[in-house]
Amino acid sequence: MARACLEFEKPFAKFEEQIRQLERDQRSRNVDHSAEIRSIRHSLVAMIRNTYDALTPWEIVQVARHPDRPQTADYVAAFVKDFKELHGDRLFRDDQAVICGFGRIGGEKVAIVGHQKGRDTREKVACFFGCAHPEGYRKALRVMRLAEKFGLPVVTFIDTQGAYPGIGAEERGIADSIAVNLREMALLKVPIVGTVIGEGASGGYLGIGIADRLLMLQYAYCSVITPEGCAAILWRTAEKAPDAAEALHLTAAHLEACGVVDEIVPEPLGAAHRSPREMATTLERRIGRRLRELKRIPTDELLQQRYQKLRCVGVVVEADKH
Amino acid sequence: MAINGRTKKKDIPEGLWLRCPGCEEMVFRKRVEENLHVCPECAYHFRVGARQRVAMLVDTDSFEEYLPNLMSPDPLGFGDRKSYIERLADAQRQTNLYDAAVVGRAYIRGRPVVLGAMDANFIMGSMGSVVGEKITAAIERATELGLPLVICCASGGARMMEGILSLAQMAKTSAALARFDQAGGLYIAVMTHPTTAGVLASFGSLGDIILAEPGAMIGFTGPRVIRQTMKQDLPEGFQTAEFMFEHGFVDRIVARRDLRSEIASLVDYCD
Repeated sequence: MARACLEFEKPFAKFEEQIRQLERDQRSRNVDHSAEIRSIRHSLVAMIRNTYDALTPWEIVQVARHPDRPQTADYVAAFVKDFKELHGDRLFRDDQAVICGFGRIGGEKVAIVGHQKGRDTREKVACFFGCAHPEGYRKALRVMRLAEKFGLPVVTFIDTQGAYPGIGAEERGIADSIAVNLREMALLKVPIVGTVIGEGASGGYLGIGIADRLLMLQYAYCSVITPEGCAAILWRTAEKAPDAAEALHLTAAHLEACGVVDEIVPEPLGAAHRSPREMATTLERRIGRRLRELKRIPTDELLQQRYQKLRCVGVVVEADKH
Repeated sequence: MAINGRTKKKDIPEGLWLRCPGCEEMVFRKRVEENLHVCPECAYHFRVGARQRVAMLVDTDSFEEYLPNLMSPDPLGFGDRKSYIERLADAQRQTNLYDAAVVGRAYIRGRPVVLGAMDANFIMGSMGSVVGEKITAAIERATELGLPLVICCASGGARMMEGILSLAQMAKTSAALARFDQAGGLYIAVMTHPTTAGVLASFGSLGDIILAEPGAMIGFTGPRVIRQTMKQDLPEGFQTAEFMFEHGFVDRIVARRDLRSEIASLVDYCD
């Protein structure tokens, strides 16, 4: 299957094509190009590594949005056993921009909550491109309460550009649905392990984004607003998105430095979309480790730690008194 | 993210007379000011700053401010067309505040409360670390003292110039409210013009009782963004206090002159 290709990935494709040609030639003419193939592969790996080491924040945003990047449903399919999806907010409808359900990760029973963007056009439309309505947040809360009732840890996957910007979302209280989740997740009596798998932007991210341990994939981004949104307001043109991406400090390293993210999960060579299976294996292991870690903490202490973690984020100073 | 669209309400301009954006009439400035910054002709509610808001709500000299000198050190070194440092300095000069919120302890018609007020003239009343810290501190003090909490919201949302730190203030304030709620505290949220985005999607919407001033703009996503996404015109009166009331997200729309007595009598029901 042809892979969608970002601008800075194009040179990789050239090398890959060369390798394919040599392999074809090898087969059809029964000659040995293995030394040459090995050498090109070597160069390719070096090139990918160098490229990815030097990505700008705006390029990282592109990787986080890569059309082939694994989504919540892919991770669920890859490592959540016996997944039982649960639907609907019991109030209005089932919002497919948020996937919820029960499942097992490494033998551990958990509740899953994650944004889902959709892969093809039909799916994307059904999922509103991962932009949830109030129903999505209310479904998430319903399932998290179920998790609390039955003592299941909650595992979340974050991947959204923000809540759905529409009339219906406003009429049905999108802000209320997010605010209530923030309040309720702060006191949820079971461990929460979250992972930003792609985009974590705006209140739409935060609405399922409270966690005792927040992981972030290496090339995911996290921001108060999408770079385009920020550029449109502050620079008065969305074309300044690359500048906004730089200014917003939205990369995993920044997020870890300011205490919002607890752990950066390394991605395979050339990012998650090049080796989704490897990515899933790594993530499963990391989530499993965090679940085991949190299980040992008594609930009171867990909630105390969660509060302190949320409480201490922010930078203020005392003005010089004149 | 701060919404900066459709703001018809402006500061009261200098001069003896001013044109009311509500009725388009020229009104005597002093009469508007004496009338709690409400148009005497059409009851249009002009925007008021945080200090004015506190002054018009509390019993004389009863306000005891918390954390008055907190300010932002510009943690990201943010700059767009203008640096954040400059924006802060300008806003500080214009409003005589260090940031967009004032919090403290006060009496309202003899009832002790913890009160917060936001200032929409300070970088759109946006919430960064300072606003988040002050609101959280106010909630925590109200929890400790067992006092009712009143917050008058006026905000374009999370402050972009502090990036993720601003978004995190939504979680921080809401977590503090969760504990306040658990402790049985009464929280009255007052939505004034404008109450939007990240503030609406956190402490703005979490009031046990939610009051709103007439005509205030209240919404999550900016109307311009919705219009572009939906490719359609927005309904008349969309994202106003009245719209939110009609859809069940506001308990009562309260004229500014009645706010003090409304709060006092609600406090009496819930103490």
